[in-house]
Amino acid sequence: MTVTPAPAGTRTVLALRGISKRFGAVQALKNIELDVRAGEVLALVGDNGAGKSTLVKTIAGVYTADDGTMEFDGQDVRVGSPAEAQQLGIATVFQDLALCDNLDVVANLYLGRELRKGRALDEVEMERSSWALLRQLSAKIPSVRIPVASLSGGQRQTVAIARSLLGDPKVVMLDEPTAALGVAQTAEVLNLVERLRERGLAVILISHNMADVMAVADRVAVLRLGRNNGVFVVSDTKTQDIIAAITGATDNAVSERAARRTREDGTAS
Amino acid sequence: MTLHGSEIRPQDAPGPAGTGTGNGNGAAAELPADLQDERLIASHGLSGAVSAFTARLRSGDLGSVPVVVGLIIIWAVFQIANSSFLSSRNLVNLTLQTTSVGVIAIGIVLVLLLGEIDLSVGSVSGLSAAVLGVTFVNQGWPLVLSLLAGVALGLVIGLFYGALYTRFGVPSFVITLAGLLGFLGLQLLVLGKEGSLNLPFDSALVGFATRSFLSPALAYGLVAAVVAVYVLTRLRGRAARAAAGLSAAPTSMIAIKGAALAVVLLIPVIILNGDRGVSSMFLLFVGLVVATDLAVRRTRWGRSVVAVGGNVEAARRAGINVRMIYLSVFAACSTFAAVGGLLAAARLVAVNQSSGGADVNLNAIAAAVIGGTSLFGGRGSVYSALLGALVIMSISNGLALLSLDSSVRYMVTAGVLLIAVTIDSLSRRSRQAHGRA
Repeated sequence: MTVTPAPAGTRTVLALRGISKRFGAVQALKNIELDVRAGEVLALVGDNGAGKSTLVKTIAGVYTADDGTMEFDGQDVRVGSPAEAQQLGIATVFQDLALCDNLDVVANLYLGRELRKGRALDEVEMERSSWALLRQLSAKIPSVRIPVASLSGGQRQTVAIARSLLGDPKVVMLDEPTAALGVAQTAEVLNLVERLRERGLAVILISHNMADVMAVADRVAVLRLGRNNGVFVVSDTKTQDIIAAITGATDNAVSERAARRTREDGTAS
Repeated sequence: MTLHGSEIRPQDAPGPAGTGTGNGNGAAAELPADLQDERLIASHGLSGAVSAFTARLRSGDLGSVPVVVGLIIIWAVFQIANSSFLSSRNLVNLTLQTTSVGVIAIGIVLVLLLGEIDLSVGSVSGLSAAVLGVTFVNQGWPLVLSLLAGVALGLVIGLFYGALYTRFGVPSFVITLAGLLGFLGLQLLVLGKEGSLNLPFDSALVGFATRSFLSPALAYGLVAAVVAVYVLTRLRGRAARAAAGLSAAPTSMIAIKGAALAVVLLIPVIILNGDRGVSSMFLLFVGLVVATDLAVRRTRWGRSVVAVGGNVEAARRAGINVRMIYLSVFAACSTFAAVGGLLAAARLVAVNQSSGGADVNLNAIAAAVIGGTSLFGGRGSVYSALLGALVIMSISNGLALLSLDSSVRYMVTAGVLLIAVTIDSLSRRSRQAHGRA
């Protein structure tokens, strides 16, 4: 298991210490430790049911942790609701995107933080800056005045990601952002992720797609059955090590040795 | 609809997809920011607006078209059956009859926008009327205080509903069904043994509801002012959009809409002025509709209400205080019900055990639904309270003119309601098929 040295000059924005969450008789998360640094893409991987989504929802304030603490910018924080998480600067794009189908793109982008002129909504300014934002992300949305229901999956994903950026967050969590996307749109989203990193944001990327993870992430944190199962630096790790950690092939000494041997074979040949 | 069909964008040269700050600006730079996408169907000027409108209708986004058509048919039928139906005198009566049900229906529209229901509006209106009667007539309170007591009661009841709903998650259907019975009982208790109170005929409230009409000059002045405000805000909005680099409606379009609005307002005013004129009470109702509509469409609160009606979980995650929205909407609904009850009492010059009873409840709910507000939440307009109430009361008024009794009225109203709900369901299905759900 590789323990990563903190790269010089990067600052830990979000730190989880011993986070646990149970649903009835199921221990969904157990003693999770996680450090997320500014200007870094941290991929969160794990099999189905490993607790990725639960962890994201806990950080985002949808669930409250049963145990453990969370530090944001060096301060102990308690996130009791999604609104509090947003105020702190933690933006989340959920797997189900959480868009209102009956509202148009502009209304969805600014939902919960509408711009106002006096008491009334400032529709013109919202529409103008929606276009500006979508252009910045090179997003292809034909019209921002059509209901979100009429957009394709990729367009909806784009809207959801664009929305997460509006609040000027410090941490952006993307829950399987490329799961439903075509080749070009996946590339666009990955570009987008890199652009977020360039802006100095901390990005938590959840994905099942190892190619995406290896392409864009700086570090990979593996969850297995609700527990930490290693953190890897992408630049000096192989995909199969991460896959081994995901599937649990490294759970015992035997498989660990076997994995090491195949790795050595791989490098030798 | 090629608007959203395919993912393939043949003309979209891939370009430097990686660097990507604003590819796609190039050739289309002279177009407004919102019209640059080549997949958009260009619609310019008047013909464009007309074709966009018909496309919207076809896809099932009917808005208030069915109720307007329905209203025209109903009026035509009654006019043929009895030529005095569309007389000035009868139409003035119609405006007076519409008001209290319409005011209650505004609240119902708000609750329906959330995808909830309030079945107790009739009882709440009756109870607030009873409180008005007892405090004003029996206890001799000043009128203003009695009115405030009635309205405040509605507010408290709504907050109580909202608290039950948000704290314990009891379905609004059940909460308000209990309210329907409970507050009817409370109304009977408040009214006491005699069960009927007459309001003093010369009180300001009764005067307002029965004898207060706008002078013709004032009515025409008001129409002119409304049209002027409409055109000016449209022009200012157009200027603001143009300044922001967005497409703006052509001035000819604004002129046509302004003229249409003037006609739509002038014709009823001219007809109503043929008799007593525009009733102050009806004007209050229309004012409440316009104000509530602006609150729903143009404020953060209204946007939140529609969002919660569309997708509660999305709204919650967007940081909207969902509890607050439920609480405020239930409170607003019961408050409108209370105000409607006070107006009904003022118009009847009496409060009795059947105030707010009988069909008030279902008329108000039917009015909102007939007006085009969806029962499924997140879709509807406050104007449906006005249009729906006009439909309901036209039926009741017309059948009364034909001296048909309430047996027919109930059945006809039921039929219209059924048609309205069926249209709602069908258009919802069509909207889903056309991606406008």
